[in-house]
Amino acid sequence: MSVLINKDTRVVVSGITGNTGTFHTRQCIEYGTNVVAGVTPGKGGLLFDEKVPIFNTIADSVSKEGANACVIYVPPPFAADAILEAIDAEVPLIICITEGIPVKDMAIVKSRLIQKGCKSRLIGPNCPGVITPEECKIGIMPGYIHKKGNVGVVSRSGTLTYEAVWQLTCLGYGQSTVIGIGGDPINGTSHLDAVKMFNDDPETEAIVMIGEIGGDGEQIAAKWLKENCKKPCAAFIAGRTAPKGRRMGHAGAIVSGNSGGAEDKIKALLDANIAVADTPSVIGETLLKHWGKM
Amino acid sequence: MNIHEYQAKQLFKEYGVPVQDGVAVKSEAEFDSAIAAIKGDHVVVKSQIHAGGRGKGEFVDGFKGGVKFVKREEAAATAKRMLGNTIVTKQTGAAGRVVGTVFFAEAMNIKKEFYLSILMDRASSKVAVVASVAGGMDIEKVAEETPDQIMKMIIDPDIGLQAFQIRKLAFFFGFGDKEMMKQFKAIFSGLYKLFIQKDCSMVEINPLILTDEGNIVALDAKVSFDDNALFRHPELEALRDPHEEDPKEIEAGKYGLNYIALDGNIACMVNGAGLAMSTMDIIKHFGGNPANFLDVGGGANEEAITQAFNILLKDKNVKGILVNIFGGIMRCDVIAAGVIAAVKNVGLTLPLVVRLEGTNVDKGRQMLAESGIKLTTADSLADAAEKIVKIVAAENK
Repeated sequence: MSVLINKDTRVVVSGITGNTGTFHTRQCIEYGTNVVAGVTPGKGGLLFDEKVPIFNTIADSVSKEGANACVIYVPPPFAADAILEAIDAEVPLIICITEGIPVKDMAIVKSRLIQKGCKSRLIGPNCPGVITPEECKIGIMPGYIHKKGNVGVVSRSGTLTYEAVWQLTCLGYGQSTVIGIGGDPINGTSHLDAVKMFNDDPETEAIVMIGEIGGDGEQIAAKWLKENCKKPCAAFIAGRTAPKGRRMGHAGAIVSGNSGGAEDKIKALLDANIAVADTPSVIGETLLKHWGKM
Repeated sequence: MNIHEYQAKQLFKEYGVPVQDGVAVKSEAEFDSAIAAIKGDHVVVKSQIHAGGRGKGEFVDGFKGGVKFVKREEAAATAKRMLGNTIVTKQTGAAGRVVGTVFFAEAMNIKKEFYLSILMDRASSKVAVVASVAGGMDIEKVAEETPDQIMKMIIDPDIGLQAFQIRKLAFFFGFGDKEMMKQFKAIFSGLYKLFIQKDCSMVEINPLILTDEGNIVALDAKVSFDDNALFRHPELEALRDPHEEDPKEIEAGKYGLNYIALDGNIACMVNGAGLAMSTMDIIKHFGGNPANFLDVGGGANEEAITQAFNILLKDKNVKGILVNIFGGIMRCDVIAAGVIAAVKNVGLTLPLVVRLEGTNVDKGRQMLAESGIKLTTADSLADAAEKIVKIVAAENK
């Protein structure tokens, strides 16, 4: 088992004919992901790379190809609309890679996601995607750094996740599923949602949680883990040296007033018996030591 | 993106929110005509900078206070002390900010002061309103010391502002009677409309005042916009004050790069915000000091990488460069081509450590190896950080 996606996941790509969509769809297919459809309004009826059918709407891809996960690569001005379209088509899992969506648009999307009867879970936006190694890769992460295994990884950052995963793989420890929840202030899935899934997944034996400055998602997850989780957890928080009040690239990475600082987060994690890596280059090592494997 | 008080007040007026009016000027020659336009015996002279704490701020030449209530005859002399001078407030940092604009405003009778702000609230993923009956004070301090003086209210932008919510706020402020309610309703509806229509991340009035005459007026105004939504508002570009931003940061923005200047001497170029922050952290961990945060993002091409080098090198404190790329959406061969082109075009002589990993890494590494340019390669982030810190320390003994 794994969480969210596996070899049976049927993926539709929204924005399949754009530069980013095309490049990463090819990479995902090469990795073995079952990409069953693409969506580009106005290009319905064509084939992507002579094999993947393109539809005008996400709903068509669901009814005709049975898509049950939708990955979105469309540009920021149209991305919230694409998410809402996927929610309307009742796609169970929506993964939005797009960076730079206006916060107001995401507030509207979030309001729909938490509405009673909503059948969808959103991962992202502004995230690398989700991968269950050697089964299904949905997103922009480089496939080869991953390895099938038992560590669940959740992160707000893209490339920092690759860093952690690569360390685990080099140390001989694979991953059950790696979830990038994204760096925006309003997103679909939180650290807490992800660690709950990992806690319930029998194949996940240990958890790595990667956070950064801004907000209090890491503290909330830490509190829950302390009370509910027996699996060993390690964490890393980026931005210890970031200046206050500046938006550090990610729209959500900002220490405002007295909240969102790295030290507060680290304190909450340590308090929950989560091992915290001192530097980003020892995330794997920190988990293995805490897990008693090193 | 932030704007000045006088610009925010202009927006307030467009949305029907009464403000303490005034005239903003950028040169001494305009002082007299500006002051002549202000009614009353007294004038408020306000330094315009994108940072709070102006009232208690101090100029580097010892002049105290970035906001002064003075007699009309003294207004020009007071403004002269401020314009072009550098003010340090608790929000500016030690370097302070140069005052490029002075705002002459009418003096008002203040009966009572309040605090009112609207912002995007990440905890609820909705719009939050923060109101306080303790105006003119640091709101974070009020929240900590006297939380009962603060009211927080959530508005679902999907449903929109409701009449009962305006009433709730009005009663909290004590604007219950019919005439006051009418005034407040116009003010709050206007503010909310401004917040939503212009994609603001925050609209703040501190203080909102009640005058002796019974009018509710915004004495101060602070507005900031969601950078992600600026594409929808080309009209806001005119409000940008380039003097308030680091020119390197503006230049970076043109190429889709995210750059923030810091005070160290090791420049870094990284893809991804989290990894860029971590790279800063690890440079510090090994005893070095980062000169900047630079996220080249996912879509950077060869030209953007060349520009990134140009921007890094504009910082004269820089003694070495660390390139740390873990390619996902960003391909290592694109970075390698950019690094090679940049080193050749820019004529880079500073020490350069490059660490590549991820999509198309073999191609990227091969390109660097065959290029013949002088650089140190690293096979992990720790290795890269340690190398650049050592090299820079050795060369600058």
